[in-house]
Amino acid sequence: MEDTICAIATAPGIGAISIIRVSGKEALDIVTKIFSKDLKKAKSHILLYGYIYNHEEIVDEVLVSVMLAPKTYTTEDIVEINSHGGINTTNKILELLLENGCRLAEAGEFTKRAFLNGRIDLTEAESVNDLINAKTDVARRLALNNLKGRVSKDIRNLRSKITDIMANIEVNIDYPEYEDIEIVTNETLLPKLEDVLANLQEMLKNSYNGKLIKEGINIAIVGSPNVGKSSILNRLLDEDKAIVTDIAGTTRDIVEGSVNFNGFLLNFIDTAGIRDTNDTVEKIGVEKSKKAINEADIVIIVLNNNEKLSTYEKELIDLVPLKKRIIFVNKSDLNNVLTLDKEYIIGNTIEEKGLDLLKEAINKKLNLENIREQDMTYMSNVRQIDLLKKAIKEIENAILNIHKGTPIDIVEIDITNAWNLLGEITGDTYKDELLDTLFSNFCIGK
Amino acid sequence: MYDVIVVGGGHAGCEASNIAAKMGMKTLLLTMNKKNIADMPCNPSIGGTAKGVIVREIDALGGLMGRVADMSHFQIKMLNNSKGPAVRSLRAQADKRVYPKKMLEELEKNPNLEIKEGLVENLIVEDNVVKGVILSDNTIVKSQSVILTTGTYTKANILIGSENTPGGPHGEGRSNYLSDNLKKLGLNIKRLKTGTPQRIKKGSIDFTQMHEEKGDDTYWTFSHDLKPQYKINDQQKCYLVYTNEKTHEIIRKHLKESAMYGGYATGVGPRYCPSIEDKIVRFADKERHQLFLEPESIYYDEWYLQGFSTSMPRDVQEKMVHSLKGLENAVITKYAYAIEYDAIDSLQIKASLENKIIENLFTAGQINGTSGYEEAAGQGLIAGINAALKLQGKEPLILKRNEAYIGVLIDDLVTKGVTDPYRMLTSRAEFRLILRHDNADLRLRAMGYELGTISKEQYQRLNKKIKDIESLMQELKENKLTITKEVKDIFTSHNLELPKRNMTYEELLKRPEITLNFLSQFHKFNYSDEVIEQGEIAIKYEGYIKKANKEAEKLQKIEEKQIPEDIDYQKVRNLASEAKQKLSEIRPRTIAQASRISGVNPADIAILAVYLKKEYNHD
Repeated sequence: MEDTICAIATAPGIGAISIIRVSGKEALDIVTKIFSKDLKKAKSHILLYGYIYNHEEIVDEVLVSVMLAPKTYTTEDIVEINSHGGINTTNKILELLLENGCRLAEAGEFTKRAFLNGRIDLTEAESVNDLINAKTDVARRLALNNLKGRVSKDIRNLRSKITDIMANIEVNIDYPEYEDIEIVTNETLLPKLEDVLANLQEMLKNSYNGKLIKEGINIAIVGSPNVGKSSILNRLLDEDKAIVTDIAGTTRDIVEGSVNFNGFLLNFIDTAGIRDTNDTVEKIGVEKSKKAINEADIVIIVLNNNEKLSTYEKELIDLVPLKKRIIFVNKSDLNNVLTLDKEYIIGNTIEEKGLDLLKEAINKKLNLENIREQDMTYMSNVRQIDLLKKAIKEIENAILNIHKGTPIDIVEIDITNAWNLLGEITGDTYKDELLDTLFSNFCIGK
Repeated sequence: MYDVIVVGGGHAGCEASNIAAKMGMKTLLLTMNKKNIADMPCNPSIGGTAKGVIVREIDALGGLMGRVADMSHFQIKMLNNSKGPAVRSLRAQADKRVYPKKMLEELEKNPNLEIKEGLVENLIVEDNVVKGVILSDNTIVKSQSVILTTGTYTKANILIGSENTPGGPHGEGRSNYLSDNLKKLGLNIKRLKTGTPQRIKKGSIDFTQMHEEKGDDTYWTFSHDLKPQYKINDQQKCYLVYTNEKTHEIIRKHLKESAMYGGYATGVGPRYCPSIEDKIVRFADKERHQLFLEPESIYYDEWYLQGFSTSMPRDVQEKMVHSLKGLENAVITKYAYAIEYDAIDSLQIKASLENKIIENLFTAGQINGTSGYEEAAGQGLIAGINAALKLQGKEPLILKRNEAYIGVLIDDLVTKGVTDPYRMLTSRAEFRLILRHDNADLRLRAMGYELGTISKEQYQRLNKKIKDIESLMQELKENKLTITKEVKDIFTSHNLELPKRNMTYEELLKRPEITLNFLSQFHKFNYSDEVIEQGEIAIKYEGYIKKANKEAEKLQKIEEKQIPEDIDYQKVRNLASEAKQKLSEIRPRTIAQASRISGVNPADIAILAVYLKKEYNHD
C-alpha cells in the first residue's frame, strides 16, 4: 500500500461532472505535475480552480480538492479532480495521472485502504460498496444509514445482551461456591434466549426488506405462449428489449430489464411459456421459467381474455403461491371467453389499459409503502444475511438443548457461536477468508 | 557443575526440579528454607475451577502436585458437577502441614535431585547465556541452565495498614538484589501485589452460627495412578460466613487506613481476587459478601478466613472480624496482609518459558506474573521439561490451546502479557469441551511417555484404557435394545419416554436423560467407571466435540503460518502504531499468536498477512 492510486470515482457515462480520485503519499506531487497550481502549498479541505495540462496543451478547466491525511476517506492524502465530464476528457486526465506515477486502483481499493487504515469497520465498508452500487433513492438511503453504523449499533446492542448472559454463566462456572450470585439455570436462561431469538428474527425479516431495496424486486411474467407476456414487459420497461412476435414460443431466453418504480428497483424476468413440450430448445426455456418462478418475489401470470383456461394454466396458478401471485388477464379488447374464480386484473397492451392497476398490485403485494416508511436498519447483503441466519440457528439450537435438558456448558457453546457470528457481521471477530471475499466485491471508486 | 539449577522451592520449583531430574538432568533445588518447601502461604486448597484440571494435566505429564494433594487433603469435591462435562473440576482442602512434608518425601526419592539451602542474589551470565547463580554469601554455583521460580520473594514488602516491612510471606526473608540484577541484564521489571486473609484460632469460633460445607460422598483422586487415600466420613467440614452492614460500615469508615486506599501500595493487585475493601467499594449496593472458614491443618488450630483479605491496620481488622456472625469473640492468630513483589514481563519470555534475552534461563510461577499454586506448578513443570529438552538438543514442548489448560496459560502469558496477577479461568479456554478433567491422561500421557516422565507401566495402563473405550463404543454401536414388556415397564417406572423402535445403545445414549448406568440393566457393560464416563461423553456430546476439534484444526492452520524471526515491523507500512509496538515487543511466532495480542486488531492482521505474502512469498 505504498503506491498512490487513482480512479474515476463517478459512474461512467456522460454526466455533467466526473471526479477522478487520487489517494496516497504522492497524490499532491503527481497532480501538481499536471495542474496549473502547486498543491503542496494548498491548505487541507479546500477547492482550487485551475487547468489540467498535457505538457503545454490545456486538457480541461477543473476544480481540484485537496484533503490532507489523516482526516480523509482513506486516511491518506487525497486529491480529487472535478472535470467537465465526457468520457474522453476524463480518460485523458486518468491517463496523464498514470503517466506521472499513479497506479490504477483495483476494485474497492479506496475502501479497502479506509478499512485497513482502521477508519471504518466491516459493515461500514460493505455499506460504502452498497452506496456505490445503489441504483435508487431508497437504496441510497439504506446504504447511508448503514454507513452511519446503524446495523453495527443494533448488532452490537444485541451482542452485548448476549455478552451479559454469557458473563453470568461464566461467573457461575468459575466461582461455583458463591451462592449469592444469581445462578443461571436452563429455566432462567430460556426466556432471555427467546428474547434474543425474537430480536434476531426481526432483524432477519428487515434484512429481507433490505435485500429487496438494494437488489431490487424480481418479477417473473409467465403464461401460455402468445398471451402477450413480452408486450406487457415492454410496456412496463418502456423499451423494446424483449422480442415480440405473433408466433407462439419465440421468447426463448429469459430477458431481463429493470425499472425504477417509486424508488424501488423492479427486475423483470421475461420467460418462455411454461408448458410441457418436446421441443428441446423450448424445454430449456420451460425449465428456466420454473426456476424464475422460484427465484421471483412476484409472479405475474398472464392469461388470454379471449381463450378458455387451459389445464396447463390451472396448474400454473396452483404452482405459484398466493403471496407472490398476480393474475393479469390480457386482451380485454377482444371478446370475453375466459372464466376465472380468482382475483385478477384485466387490461390490454394495445390500448394500454390496466397497466396502472398492475403496478398498484405490485406495490400492494410487496407492501412497499410500508418498507419506505420504516426505519432503515436493514442488513442488506448476502454475507450479512447468511451470518444472521447462522446466528439464529445457533440460538435455536441452544433453546432446543435447553428443552432437552442438556447441561449449561454445552448450551453455552451454542450461545458463544451465535455471539461470534454476530461479531463477524460487524467485523469484531476475525476470519481469514472474510476480507478476501469482502474486498473482491468492491467496485472502483468510493 | 549442575545441568539445571532451580531457584525457589515453591510449587513451581518443586515441579521444575523434579521433572528435570526425572529426565536425567543433574539438578539442584535451591531454597531459602528446606522446611518451607511446597509451602502454602495463602489458601489451604489445591484445585478449583480450571485449576483442578491443571493439576490433572500436571499428573498426566508425570508431575507431583496431584499425587501429593491426594496424600494430604482432608476434604475433596467435584465442582460444577451439574453444569456439564466441560467445566467439572476437583478442589481439595490440602493439609498445610502434610502437603509440604509429602512433597519433600517425593522429591527426595529422586536420585538426580539435590536440595540445598541458599539465597540467590545474582546470575552468572556470559554473552547472554546463563552459566550459574551467585548466592548472598557470594558462593558461585555453576550450571548449564537456571530456572527461576522465586514466587513473591523478589524485593517483597509486607503491607499492613501504613506499615511496610521488607520480607517474604510466612516470615521468610526476601531476595533484595535479584530483580535489580535481572533489570541490568535487560529484563523489564514490574511490581505486582497480592494478599492473604486472617487466620483465626479454632477454639474461639462459634460454628453453631454458620452453615456447613461438606466434602463429596463420592471418592475422587487428582492422580491417575493412586487409589483414594482418604475415607469419605473422615473428611473435615468448612463453613460459610457472611459480612453484614456493620462490617461494611467499619470498612468504609477506615478505608483510608488500608495500605491500598491510603496510597501506601504501588503494586497492581489481581482483579480476580480482590481484597474485602475492594469488594465493598466496587459493589457498594451489595448487602453481604460470602466468606469461608477453612481449616488449615488437622494438626494445628488455625482456620483460614477466605474472602476477607485486606491491608487494614491490625486494630481495624479486629473490629472487622468481630462484626461477623459467629466470630464475635474470635482470636486472630495471624493478621491479613498485602504483599508486593517484583515480577518480570512475561512478554519477554518464549512459549518454552525460556527467556528471550538470556539463553538457558527459564522462569515459572509468580515471577512471570501469575497467581495460584496450580498455575505456578503447571509452568514449573513445563520450564523443567524444556530446560532438560534444550540441554538434550531437542525441540521444546509447547502445549497448544486445544491440548491443555497449561497451554492456554502459557500462550496467554507470552502473547498477551499480564497487567495484574493472572489466574486461570475456564472462560479463558476456547476449547474447554476438549480440555476436560476426565481426559487429561488421554490428552497428555503419551507425550509424557515420550519425554520419559511417564513410566512404561503407566503408559500401558493408558493404552488399555484407550482400547477399552474403543471396544465400549463398538459395543454401544452394535447392540440394540429390544423393546419388550419388561423394558417398557422399566422406562415407564423411570418416567422416561419409550423409544419408538428398537434402537442401538448409542442412539439411546444420545438422549440427555439416559445414562449408561441406566442402560446397564438391559445389557451388561463390563468396563471401569472411567471408561464408561469417556464413552458417555463421547456419544452425548459427539457433535460439539467434533465441531470443537474442527475449530482447533482451523486454528492450527493459522498457527502454522509462521512469522519470520527477522521481521522488522517498522517496515510494515500502514500497521497501526500500537500494533507495531506490540508486535515488535512480543514478536509472535505465528499469525494466530499475533491475532491474540491485545491492541492488534483484525485490520493489522490483514496488513501483516499481505506484507508476509509480498515480502516472504508467504501463503
